[in-house]
Amino acid sequence: MARELQLMKGNEAIARAMIASGCDGYFGYPITPQSEVMETLMAEKPWETTGMTVLQAESEVASINMVYGGAATGKKVATSSSSPGISLMQEGLTYLAGAEIPCLVVNVMRGGPGLGTIQPSQSDYFQSTKGGGHGDYQLYTLAPASVQEMYDFVFEAWDIAFKYRNPVLILSDGAIGQCMEKLYTRDYIPRWTEEERRAKAPWGTWGKPATRPHNIITSLELDSARQEVFNLKLQAKYAEMKEKEVRYETLNCEDAEYIIVAYGSSSRIAMKAMQMAREKGIKVGLFRLITLFPFPTKQLAEVAKHVKGILCVEMSAGQMIEDVKLATQCGVKTEHFGRFGGIIPTPGEVLEALENKIIK
Amino acid sequence: MTEEIIIAGFGGQGVLSMGKILAYSGVMQDKEVSWMPSYGPEMRGGTANVSVIISDERISSPIINQFDTAIILNQQSLDKFESSVKPGGYLIYDPNGITHEPTRKDINIYKIAATAKAQELGISKVFNMVVLGGFLKLKPIVDKQYIHEGLEHSLPQRHWNLIPQNEEAIEIGKGIIEAVQVL
Repeated sequence: MARELQLMKGNEAIARAMIASGCDGYFGYPITPQSEVMETLMAEKPWETTGMTVLQAESEVASINMVYGGAATGKKVATSSSSPGISLMQEGLTYLAGAEIPCLVVNVMRGGPGLGTIQPSQSDYFQSTKGGGHGDYQLYTLAPASVQEMYDFVFEAWDIAFKYRNPVLILSDGAIGQCMEKLYTRDYIPRWTEEERRAKAPWGTWGKPATRPHNIITSLELDSARQEVFNLKLQAKYAEMKEKEVRYETLNCEDAEYIIVAYGSSSRIAMKAMQMAREKGIKVGLFRLITLFPFPTKQLAEVAKHVKGILCVEMSAGQMIEDVKLATQCGVKTEHFGRFGGIIPTPGEVLEALENKIIK
Repeated sequence: MTEEIIIAGFGGQGVLSMGKILAYSGVMQDKEVSWMPSYGPEMRGGTANVSVIISDERISSPIINQFDTAIILNQQSLDKFESSVKPGGYLIYDPNGITHEPTRKDINIYKIAATAKAQELGISKVFNMVVLGGFLKLKPIVDKQYIHEGLEHSLPQRHWNLIPQNEEAIEIGKGIIEAVQVL
């Protein structure tokens, strides 16, 4: 299918991008507000066209371990869920990171803790970027702010995942998942042939030729000296991501006296608040995070040098703000504004918070 | 041009699909659009609403709480959203089931008896298109030909035979919308 203009939901965009980007398999379990991902996959029946497997597992624990199994063979495998389901997947995610298996995980966040609410939230920032599971590991974390990005980031996630042999997380929320916007679809990328897969994933468990030793996929290393070497290798990988794979967007930051830092749906609300502030003559800019890990530390620090204050907007009690303060070495007045429990802040509330917490 | 709209009523009245047809028509006319529904348990037989934005520029927040136009199809939604219409904005409502009329004097209020008209003509299924017609009479933000394309994209192909009926309903809606004077 060629490039085409459509109107669709963020969740549907994720599913269609998986099919179009040559994904080999999806394993998932339904949960609001991301159920349209699997619903769309089931409706599209990609197993009849591209040969992609789509399976509803018996739980999120099962689906992440099916991802582990499938992705260990070097195939492009994905899952998606919403916050409580992603919590269930944390053991699998640390194993995937420890075994250096590329895969794609999508979290369409809802409010917590516990079962919480089915409405949008951004309170999984810590879980996503600080290691929801145990051990020193990181997920490359992308935060889409539009339906188009939901779609595009799936394509881009595979490149990063296989380049670094690391799981990639697309961290979205119920607002972007449920919202319909314009979307330009891309040309289909065929699924890898056997030969391509062996070339792209020479480490995979796709059968042992006589020419090389066994490929072993594991996260277990009982020799501490060797485990430390492995840990250092992982850290070098994350350092390289920090160097080369940081993504962010700035709007009106050049002359800004104040900036709002936000990601995902909050950045859209913040953009409107910024426009309202500019209409009132307040010079406000927006620094939008696209990668949450790696965090754009240097880039934010550079922008922050020239501003009087930073408002962090996140649908949480204040998680991202910690990385913002680290980036600026607390050198600038920085405050958090957020609503939580599934309540989405309004642009007016953001502007009010900026005026009351930062400008005053 | 940016038009920020809320459409609100009961689940099953075609609120979400009306919004989708309007948004898809906007896409066809090369506008920027967003369609943001309320979702969750409140949709099961309760109230349903959707915010639609159609604009010539990049849309910042798809989530809005002040509207240029509110299209209201039941009393609960009228109670909830009358105060959210921007001063000078438009409120369109179907009087069916409305016991407390809108009272604001700083907005333009219009009444469209779409439920009654659709029942009278035996076209209850396209009641929402009668309402859409009323809106388009006041705010012709999308051209007729693009509404046709929007219908084609919003409806499954097996229902394309119903497009003329939908278009007729839009025309009927344009004819029956009337201004209301708040005393």
